[in-house]
Amino acid sequence: MKRDYSLDIHHLTRVEGHANIQITVRDGELVDARWAIVETPRFFEVMLKGMSAERVPFLTSRICGICSISHSLASIRAVERAMDIVPPVVAEKTRLLAMHGETLQSHALHLFFLIAPDFAGTSSVLPLIQSHPDLVRAGLQLKELGNEISTVTTGRCTHPVSLVVGGLSKAPDKERLLHLRAMIQERKPALETTCSFFHTLTIPAFSRETEFISLSNGSTYPAIGGRLVSSDGVDREENDYLLMTNEYTRDFSTSKFTRLSRESSAAGALARINNNYHLLHPKAKEVAESFGLQPVCHNPFMNNIAQLVECVHILEDAEELVNSLLESDLAEIKTPYAPKAGKATGAVEAPRGVLYHHIEIDDKGKVTKADCIIPTTQNNGNIHDDLRALVEQSLREGKNDGEITKLCEMVVRSYDPCISCSVH
Amino acid sequence: MNHLGFEMEKVKIGSFDFTCCEGCQLQLANKESTLPDFLALLDIRNFREISSERLDDYDIALVEGSITRPDEIERLKAIRGKAKVLIAFGTCACFGGVNSLKNRIPQEEAIREVYDNKAVETMPSMKISDIVQVDYSIPGCPVSKDEVEQILVGIVTRSQVSLPTYPVCVDCKQQLNTCLFDLGELCLGPITRAGCNAVCTTGKTACLGCRGPAEELNMPAFLELIKEKGLSLEDLHEKLAFYNAFEPLATDET
Repeated sequence: MKRDYSLDIHHLTRVEGHANIQITVRDGELVDARWAIVETPRFFEVMLKGMSAERVPFLTSRICGICSISHSLASIRAVERAMDIVPPVVAEKTRLLAMHGETLQSHALHLFFLIAPDFAGTSSVLPLIQSHPDLVRAGLQLKELGNEISTVTTGRCTHPVSLVVGGLSKAPDKERLLHLRAMIQERKPALETTCSFFHTLTIPAFSRETEFISLSNGSTYPAIGGRLVSSDGVDREENDYLLMTNEYTRDFSTSKFTRLSRESSAAGALARINNNYHLLHPKAKEVAESFGLQPVCHNPFMNNIAQLVECVHILEDAEELVNSLLESDLAEIKTPYAPKAGKATGAVEAPRGVLYHHIEIDDKGKVTKADCIIPTTQNNGNIHDDLRALVEQSLREGKNDGEITKLCEMVVRSYDPCISCSVH
Repeated sequence: MNHLGFEMEKVKIGSFDFTCCEGCQLQLANKESTLPDFLALLDIRNFREISSERLDDYDIALVEGSITRPDEIERLKAIRGKAKVLIAFGTCACFGGVNSLKNRIPQEEAIREVYDNKAVETMPSMKISDIVQVDYSIPGCPVSKDEVEQILVGIVTRSQVSLPTYPVCVDCKQQLNTCLFDLGELCLGPITRAGCNAVCTTGKTACLGCRGPAEELNMPAFLELIKEKGLSLEDLHEKLAFYNAFEPLATDET
């Protein structure tokens, strides 16, 4: 069918930050498909220069309102590695639990508030409060649990208080850990409700082969630190983050793009599962199988299901971590340190994918150079290329303009882009 | 919304973000236990982060973030033109926030450092009241959902709306915390506006003043305390500059 079609979505809704989707089709041929980020840049790398190393996590957490714990921990890991500080075991367990809380909160926000309306055909989650009360209740229960885990471990659910260089400024309270354990057990049925709902949905059939990038440590599902790996066989150490990212700018976007073995690649829940499937909790694997999610899956819409599978993994692993903290005496929480010159990279698996902070410090403990590379930046190329392939496939299938528009919005939302974060 | 048999009119609200992390808007979707009741109070007309509705008639505009690009000035003025009540929402909107840390160097230098030769537009970070009239301010990095609920309920029910005038120390003492000064830390609690439940100092980290200066503060005594404890003035300046909330104090009195 020879036809013209143009799509110009200004400030796409139900995503974090400001970006546009621009598609032009002439005489049935795709002329241009763009993922154009127009967010205002904030210049965190400039702000960090000259700051005391101990204050760095309090600034970098402000890069993102959704994944502030990941930013805080990426910086803390960079500073600790630069100054040869080894945090106590209790601090490491608490940090991992904090990451679980953040990822659960972020995934629940995405699955219920941002993408469920697409599948239900509503403009937001608000009409679902009436039409799908059990589902919305389940979503709020899971999101609340994520926030509670973060609050118990870091003092607050957004912009953590007690995550500091060397360990923790305050140990989690035992009473609150006990309460948390009960809450985790009580909320597992909410996750079953969610899985049942997602089983009723039709995930769009679309696949484009790409390269998946994540952390990997060989023994546990990745979260804080590890090797930098890709589904194309790349395997590097943490400090080699620049070789994994190869950042470059494009004239239509204030957010940078990255590339590795191909023109584009993907990070996030689907990448983590594709590269670390065997390390998922058995219950999470069961859920993955029930949705037909097997590595290596190249359908970007399955990132939504990958997030759901991770929620299952998180609830199981969080329960074990809480038990382990309850058995510890929680006395040793911080390693004392003195300022020291050094440089290092801290990599963590933020909810939306691998996040790198690189920090260089002088002998007075002041930052001389900083670099932050965000998961969404690493997904920009893939989003851009998926839009092109998705429009071409839709034209071949004879989809109408409304259907193409909806699919384009949905594929972008599947990546759960954190736009203001990517233009830090 | 029905309360004690009285039908209450929903308030038409829009939530808008400028240069920021969107963490304050996110608080609107937090505190899940009271979320359905909170949402029942509001008619959400425009809230890009969670809804595809884009309606231009709203009575209250929540404005998050600071202003760092010319197109943001125009967008902000248009929002001011439509809203009956404009609320500066969060520390970036109220004071310029952490974004202001880039104001210390020429903007061209900042662009070169991050983008090399790519043409990128930016200007020194400004607070919302530098551009338009602000009717209410809700400071905090992030805002406290409890306080947001109180203030919005206050506006909807036409009650008096105010922020605490006293410093964070009052909140901190109520939490029975050991004073961080006694642990050798320099904390901005004595000069910062309360209302945060002393969440940072309760987590044993120093207050960095995200809520801005308290109305009842004793700056000379605060500086005397720092001197007496032998704490670093360099540390004081780094903390005062963190959110740009103490700019006048930093230049006049320290």
